[in-house]
Amino acid sequence: MMNRETQKKIEEQCFRWLMRLAVLVILAVIVLVLTVVVLKGGRAMSWQMITRVPQGGFYLGGEGGILNAIIGSLYVAGGAVLLAILIGLPLVLGMHVSWTRNTRLVTFLRFLLDTLWGIPSIVYGAFGFALMTFFQWRASLLAAIVTVALLIVPIISRGLDEVLRGVPEGLLEAAHALGATKTEIAYRVFFRQALPGFITAVLLAFGRAIGDTASVLFTAGYTDNLPHALSDPAATLPLAIFFQLSSPIASVQERAYAATLILTGLIVLISLITRISSRRLKENIL
Amino acid sequence: MGKWISVTRKWTDSLSQSWMIFCLSVLLLLPLVIGLGLIVRSMPVLKAYSLSALLFSSAWSPMEGAFGFWPFIIGSLYVTLLSVVISAPVSLLAAIYLTQYASGKWMRGVYLVIDVLAGIPSVVYGVWGVIVLVPLCGDFLAPLFHIHSSGYCLLAGALVLAVMCIPYMLNMLIEVLRAIPVELKEASLALGATYWDTIKKVLLRRGASGIIASLGLGVSKALGETIAVLMVVGNVAQIPRHVFDSAYPLPALIANNFGEMMSVPLYDGALMLAALILFVIIICFNGLANLLIVKAHRE
Amino acid sequence: MSATPIIKISNLHVHHGERTLLNRINLEIPRNKITVILGPSGCGKTTLLKSLNRLTDLHKELKLQGKIFIDGEDILQVKEDLTRVRQKMGLLSQRPFPLPMSIYKNVAFGLKINGVKDKALVEETVTRHLREVGLWDEVKDRLHAPAARLSIGQQQRLCLARGLAVGPEIILADEPTSALDPVSSRKIEQKFLELKEHYTVIVVTHILRQAKRLADHVIFMYFGEVIEQGPPEQLFESPRTDILKEYLQVGH
Repeated sequence: MMNRETQKKIEEQCFRWLMRLAVLVILAVIVLVLTVVVLKGGRAMSWQMITRVPQGGFYLGGEGGILNAIIGSLYVAGGAVLLAILIGLPLVLGMHVSWTRNTRLVTFLRFLLDTLWGIPSIVYGAFGFALMTFFQWRASLLAAIVTVALLIVPIISRGLDEVLRGVPEGLLEAAHALGATKTEIAYRVFFRQALPGFITAVLLAFGRAIGDTASVLFTAGYTDNLPHALSDPAATLPLAIFFQLSSPIASVQERAYAATLILTGLIVLISLITRISSRRLKENIL
Repeated sequence: MGKWISVTRKWTDSLSQSWMIFCLSVLLLLPLVIGLGLIVRSMPVLKAYSLSALLFSSAWSPMEGAFGFWPFIIGSLYVTLLSVVISAPVSLLAAIYLTQYASGKWMRGVYLVIDVLAGIPSVVYGVWGVIVLVPLCGDFLAPLFHIHSSGYCLLAGALVLAVMCIPYMLNMLIEVLRAIPVELKEASLALGATYWDTIKKVLLRRGASGIIASLGLGVSKALGETIAVLMVVGNVAQIPRHVFDSAYPLPALIANNFGEMMSVPLYDGALMLAALILFVIIICFNGLANLLIVKAHRE
Repeated sequence: MSATPIIKISNLHVHHGERTLLNRINLEIPRNKITVILGPSGCGKTTLLKSLNRLTDLHKELKLQGKIFIDGEDILQVKEDLTRVRQKMGLLSQRPFPLPMSIYKNVAFGLKINGVKDKALVEETVTRHLREVGLWDEVKDRLHAPAARLSIGQQQRLCLARGLAVGPEIILADEPTSALDPVSSRKIEQKFLELKEHYTVIVVTHILRQAKRLADHVIFMYFGEVIEQGPPEQLFESPRTDILKEYLQVGH
């Protein structure tokens, strides 16, 4: 019979192989996902897709592209990010500069932000719909922006909070000692200090805002045109993909793959910009 | 000039501080308003039927006013559990390997992979699931077991959820394992234990609450994930008999039917109730997981 | 002492919950001299320093009682514009904390927040104070580089210049050389000796030798109380209390 030592060695080796396998599986998955998206999407891709709005009969295989969805998504994401910064930035700066004496409040706020971060986008979408009926808005750019903003406020706030937690207390004291007001300390000192991290969080949130489906499903509506006012409905990329994929016509399904490629491409682009900019900014500020 | 500047500074400061307090109030009220909003919108259904009748009945035909949520609750539970069964071991094994055995290069590479995977939107995973996972389940795996399936099934849903949750779980698990002080490992090795023993008996035990918290967060993410699952899981309101059977999780229910909900009486109330149930479950889960993390950090 | 003291502290008590950090502090700080607050770690000297510009306000648990008169004004009673009071003093901390901006903007910060827009004036002020702390020659070619790229010794001198640019009367220094190498430490000490002509300097330290080098007036503290205060010859050569005698023997 094998002694304990050899048994243990075999056990360790088995697990080591399993672990390597796990890592390889994870790496393989990303390769698989990206490859499929690129291959399938690439075949159906054309210049038309990104430069034209749907023409007549688009959904039956006719002419046009999904410019309406691209622009719509950019508007929704852009508006939502702006709104989220308007609420989230002062909040987090307040946590680190104005309300530092009240540690209970700050801890509770962190807990609240974590909770809100974990709420799935479908719940935000349902709530957004409830808001719409309450304020009697139609499905529009405005409703979508407000709903998506609610979704991404926790993302931006948490990211900024993480960065600011690394700032030494001495900087707060030094700034106070210079006779700066709390607002000056918050925006001229702490915000500057956290700028690289802030931009990363904003880009991350922007990526989320473009790609999320459930939050715009009930609130943005859908249209073949570009939105011109906040009360106009807006097409979005995720919904464009979703609707086209469920079409019985094969060529329309193919277009869904192309739209998927466009969306994925946008997200990867944002990821790259995030990495490069955060590195560059860190060199300059710190 | 000096006086005017100081008045401007004070005025700017007051205004800005007031805005900060406004943002604070918005954030404090937000979860309450969301919960209240959902409750108010579900009231019509809650008044018409008792809560236990709604939760535990399996009859679902909105046209006839039957709103039994049980198949959807079970569907959510099954697909979530199955996905965690798949993703948890993979994430944990990978995390242990990366933090204990592999060189720094692998870690950096994996972080890149995690970042990209986590950024990919749900709908893209859904499309990928339809192209890859559905045929995998329906044309390849199901026949192995002599089962006839379209491929739009529980397993496809669980697989796509697993792929989506692994980046989050892996990220957290790596953090948990890295937070364990090196001295602990050194002490164990100094006592003569092997590396593998140290991992099993010391590292995992010490990191247990953090590990459970990570899995918990993975569960809550899987519970809430809507679009990708919806696209591959079949959306049939039944209690699935096996993994190749179709299912209908709660988020998918809400997403699929918003179009019809205004035309059928009480349908919108029912869907809001579904959202409310989801909201409550996830908040409780996240709250528990976060408490565990706090406990893990304190140790 | 012919001139009136610039700071007069009257019955100051500072509590942290149940604990007393400072007990019955009564002292006067002479104008245009270097006052050294000396004592072992934990005796409350940093708390005393931070009460002077009310940085203690940042910590809710610290309760202050008593009076602190700066130029005749009891700053503990000031409710509305604390920034005005704080600008009478410049703070140098144990570690340098440069603001996240260029060297130039660090020094100009105090001017900018006070609304000084005249570019020529700002440039002149920045140059003057950088020269005052002996940093000008070392940074004149890279004024717009990030301040964080300077060495620790240079950063500390930058923080001194930044504090001086606000136009204070008093310099508060909390163990300002503890993070620095000996050469940089000497430079800072040298600057203090030069600066006392125009400013009142208060230095907190636990290094006896530094105290001997700098002090015109010494305050010796132990466990939150002022044990002895007076001219250095009196305290160092003929200490009256046993605590101080023992402290001088241990020498650190």
